[in-house]
Amino acid sequence: MSAVASQESTRFDSSVDQYQIRRDRINSVIRYALLIAVGLVMLYPLIWLIGASFKTNAEIFTQVGFWPSKFELEPYVKGWKTSTEYTFTRYFANSFLIVIPRIIVTVISCVLVAYAFARFDFFGKKILFAIMVATMMLPQIVLRIPQYIMFQQFDMIDSYAPLVLPSAFATDTFFVFMLVQFLRGIPRDMEEAAQMDGCNSLQMLWYIIVPLLKPAIISVIVFQFIWTMNDFIGPLIYLSSVEKYPVSLALKLSIGATEEVEWNSVIAISVLALVPSVAVFFAAQRHFVDGVASTGLKG
Amino acid sequence: MYENRRIGFMYVLPFVIGVVLFKLFPFVMSFALSFTQYDLIEPPKYIGVENYREMFTTDKLFPKSLSVTLMFVVLTVPLRLAAALMVAQILNFKLRGINFFRSAFYLPSILGGSIAVSILWRFIFSRDGLINQIIVALGGTPILWLADEQYSLWTIVLLNVWQFGSSMVIFLAALQSVPQSLYEAAAMDGAGKGTVFFRITVPLITPVIFFNLVMQTVHAFQEFNGPYMVTEGGPLHSTYLLSLYIYEQSFKLFNLGYGTALSWVLFVLVAALSAIAFYSSKYWVYYAGEKEGK
Repeated sequence: MSAVASQESTRFDSSVDQYQIRRDRINSVIRYALLIAVGLVMLYPLIWLIGASFKTNAEIFTQVGFWPSKFELEPYVKGWKTSTEYTFTRYFANSFLIVIPRIIVTVISCVLVAYAFARFDFFGKKILFAIMVATMMLPQIVLRIPQYIMFQQFDMIDSYAPLVLPSAFATDTFFVFMLVQFLRGIPRDMEEAAQMDGCNSLQMLWYIIVPLLKPAIISVIVFQFIWTMNDFIGPLIYLSSVEKYPVSLALKLSIGATEEVEWNSVIAISVLALVPSVAVFFAAQRHFVDGVASTGLKG
Repeated sequence: MYENRRIGFMYVLPFVIGVVLFKLFPFVMSFALSFTQYDLIEPPKYIGVENYREMFTTDKLFPKSLSVTLMFVVLTVPLRLAAALMVAQILNFKLRGINFFRSAFYLPSILGGSIAVSILWRFIFSRDGLINQIIVALGGTPILWLADEQYSLWTIVLLNVWQFGSSMVIFLAALQSVPQSLYEAAAMDGAGKGTVFFRITVPLITPVIFFNLVMQTVHAFQEFNGPYMVTEGGPLHSTYLLSLYIYEQSFKLFNLGYGTALSWVLFVLVAALSAIAFYSSKYWVYYAGEKEGK
């Protein structure tokens, strides 16, 4: 964010008088006020959600304030148990059984492919790169039905394979693109030196490229974690047995199961469902938000 | 260096396999399937353009779903981009704690796609939910957000506009790269704030506006979680987006042929709009000798 530095070099020459300084101060007060107001409106639903998870069912529908009159832990206990034969321990474990393998294969395949695009010359490189960029804009919805039929032919329905396998082939092209952009910005001096010393391309990747790519790889991990945790239509289509459900599907089940929804326990579990993503986001937010900004892509 | 073509190809091989197997092949296959009748049990039966003909003649739900989808996109994308640009403009200042604000505004983009947030939305827009409680507290009459066709689409639009943070960080990066000297020169000439914004800032960030516009449009056409969880497509199909219709035709009724035909209509629509955007971009997008912008 070198642009920040350039902003700070506001020159105080003779034309800047007291009036200007006061105007700047008023200006920044207005900006802060606006930012805090917008921030509150945006984050209030989430703050309210946390408060509501400790409320009784009656209080949820009558209190605008987020602070519960009495902290009830019962919604959490009840929600965790669920009305199904499994508890949320199972559903969280399932989610991680999808997320972790998917992150691992995504990172490996995307780094390899980005390395090829950024550092090698090979047959059909331009066309492949164009295809990659095009698939970023291709609506996934067109591919969903044939992919389903394919996985059915492979006998992989009701398993995690359809949710993980495509990522092992660098099909999450957004990540490849992000890594390529990042690699292009890294000078090749170190690699040239390493090559002089007799490094082969794989050693070069492992000892030089991967350490340099670390911030970008962290972004890939964070994005893939959050997107996979959020993914709903994938599990909805491919998983049919409840014992394999991830958190997203189990949450949906908790609403649909009975007419009389125990709102406070649904809310309590919703809060818990958001915890992993929020934790990962705040742990890596610096890399992460900068990463999105610098590659200029969606989130 | 790096002239070894074979090694380069080895590294890119996973992608070649992946793109053929999981992208190109399904892409071609879905086009072929859209001319068939297929239910997963019987083999696909070729029926020509029957699916498309049905869509545009006898199917009453398709025009409804299409118009709801277009309405949704037309409302969501501009509102989301406007919110993103406005907040980015406020943030683009010598501010203390800019990172804090940036993360706070980004948070809804992270969580917004989750089922938990859809549940939250369904809840705060319910009859006795938070929004109505606030309206009543302010002396208004409660609105039946989820039950009134007039308002139901707005709940989904708001859910998406709320996630403007991802576009905002991209705008912010663009705003920060506008040369300070231009602002100084404009100030010297006595240009007002509005003039500076519309004559300097906006033209210089048109590549990013263009990029966000295209990506957000592609994204908006595929919105699923909101209408599925918050409104369930209702009431009276007022939030029955095409993505939902495709899902129900394909994976509930197992009319896979009809489902693929619907998804192709969606694809052609998105592709046509993108093409128009790209074609028109040379008239309104300003590239200052950039290498990657094209």
